[in-house]
Amino acid sequence: MTPPYDPGTDVIEVIRAPAPGALRGAYRAFGETLRGLKTTFARLAEGPITIQYPEHKTPVYPRYRGRHKLHRFEDTGLEKCVGCSLCAAACPSDCIRVVAAENTPENRVSAGERYAAVYEINLSRCIFCGYCEVACPFDAITMGHDYEMSDYHRSDLIFTKEMLLADPIERTPLRTEGE
Amino acid sequence: MTPIALVDYYEPWWIQIIKALVIFAVAFAILPMLTVYERKLLGRFQGRYGPNRVGPFGLLQPIAEIVKFATKEPSRPTTSVGYMFRIAPIIAILTAIGGLALIPFGDVQHVFGQRVGLYGIDVSVGPLYVFALAGISFYGIMLGGWASGSKYSFLGAMRGAAQLISYEVSQALALVGVVITAGTLSLTGIVHAQAGMWYVIPQFFGFLVFVLASFAETNRPPFDLSEAETELVGGYFTEYGGTAFVAYLFAEYMNMMVVSGIAVTMFLGGWLLPFGIHPPGWVDPIVVLVKILLFVTFFIWIRATLPRLRYDQLMSLGWKILLPLATLNLVVTAIVVAS
Repeated sequence: MTPPYDPGTDVIEVIRAPAPGALRGAYRAFGETLRGLKTTFARLAEGPITIQYPEHKTPVYPRYRGRHKLHRFEDTGLEKCVGCSLCAAACPSDCIRVVAAENTPENRVSAGERYAAVYEINLSRCIFCGYCEVACPFDAITMGHDYEMSDYHRSDLIFTKEMLLADPIERTPLRTEGE
Repeated sequence: MTPIALVDYYEPWWIQIIKALVIFAVAFAILPMLTVYERKLLGRFQGRYGPNRVGPFGLLQPIAEIVKFATKEPSRPTTSVGYMFRIAPIIAILTAIGGLALIPFGDVQHVFGQRVGLYGIDVSVGPLYVFALAGISFYGIMLGGWASGSKYSFLGAMRGAAQLISYEVSQALALVGVVITAGTLSLTGIVHAQAGMWYVIPQFFGFLVFVLASFAETNRPPFDLSEAETELVGGYFTEYGGTAFVAYLFAEYMNMMVVSGIAVTMFLGGWLLPFGIHPPGWVDPIVVLVKILLFVTFFIWIRATLPRLRYDQLMSLGWKILLPLATLNLVVTAIVVAS
């Protein structure tokens, strides 16, 4: 017959507080209840801390990673993107699609040799990691501050180049210094 | 044999009907407001707003909810016992309303040249009537849970039944102390007897026991084991939907109001105001309603504070602490009154 399991030194002694007597028990039942009531009443006096979302929005930090933006050169108006597809290569969720085309003297779109004929970001797959922004050698794509991107159709969430190049609607307040 | 309470005037039948209708209408106008009041106040206790979208300050929330519930398809589980399943919520709400008839909202007034008491009826067995109704109201829970034919409902009903039985004893004993002190069973008589001092002071332990037992009687947190939504889905009304669910909901809030009304009448001086203030008669119902509202606020405050008790804690609190305390209070009161 096997001897009963001997736990040896594995047992940790549990130290318990003494069981409350009549007086302490009464205090725990009554006094602690009053303390709890005080705590909840303090919350009532404090007032709600909820932000009423659609009317008031939480300000975002300057480095917040929201919806992408594509940029142009301010002086010439040419697109910064040269269609190198480094962003698409860096994208972990494979949501960027770039089809490059050659710039011609008649049709000059970007400052480089080539430009992005098709530039699509599928925002329903994007995880907003910001790797595209890091990968871009010309700072053509950056992450904006917009986080309100819900839509009724999945196809509406595929953002084309025109949509990404357009000045985004600033719907999100930016956090000020020290806020 | 002399009756314990004498009513020395007679009201015509039409005044009694009008009284009944007015009390019913006022109570049912307050009830939806009470639900939204509870949710808003509970929100504030938890640092949030509560419903504030429907109407100004969310005050139309109950209307939206009533419309939603009323337009639901009535359904019942195939395992349910049909007629009992339908009767149970009716029992629950009828007993809750029945208790309302007893709460005195004011003294006898002169209206239309008649002497009118501002209460449904002043029976000579006041508290006994309340306990009789509370005893019947347990059938609303028990039958509803049993007839649903669902495990969760049954568990909730069983818990509710055991809880109601064990706490009704202490609740009744706590009130007997007041009855002995006042020397009458008529609720208006008890209010009149508190003219010198509200019974909350001499009967403090009775008040404490009564309040604790009332939380259990009305199935309010921290004694809401019979409808513990985290473990029993919804307890005895799990299978109910639509208007039957609203009946249970209203019964719970109505019970809360009735119990608050009884506490106000028995311990907090009914329509009497402290510091010798004697307002005109029409202020009496307002005083009673404000006191009831304050008591309901305390109910909500407790709900926001205390977690639910375990079942054995509930039973040992009821039988080992409240019952001896209530009995002791009763004995001491009897000795003091007799000597």
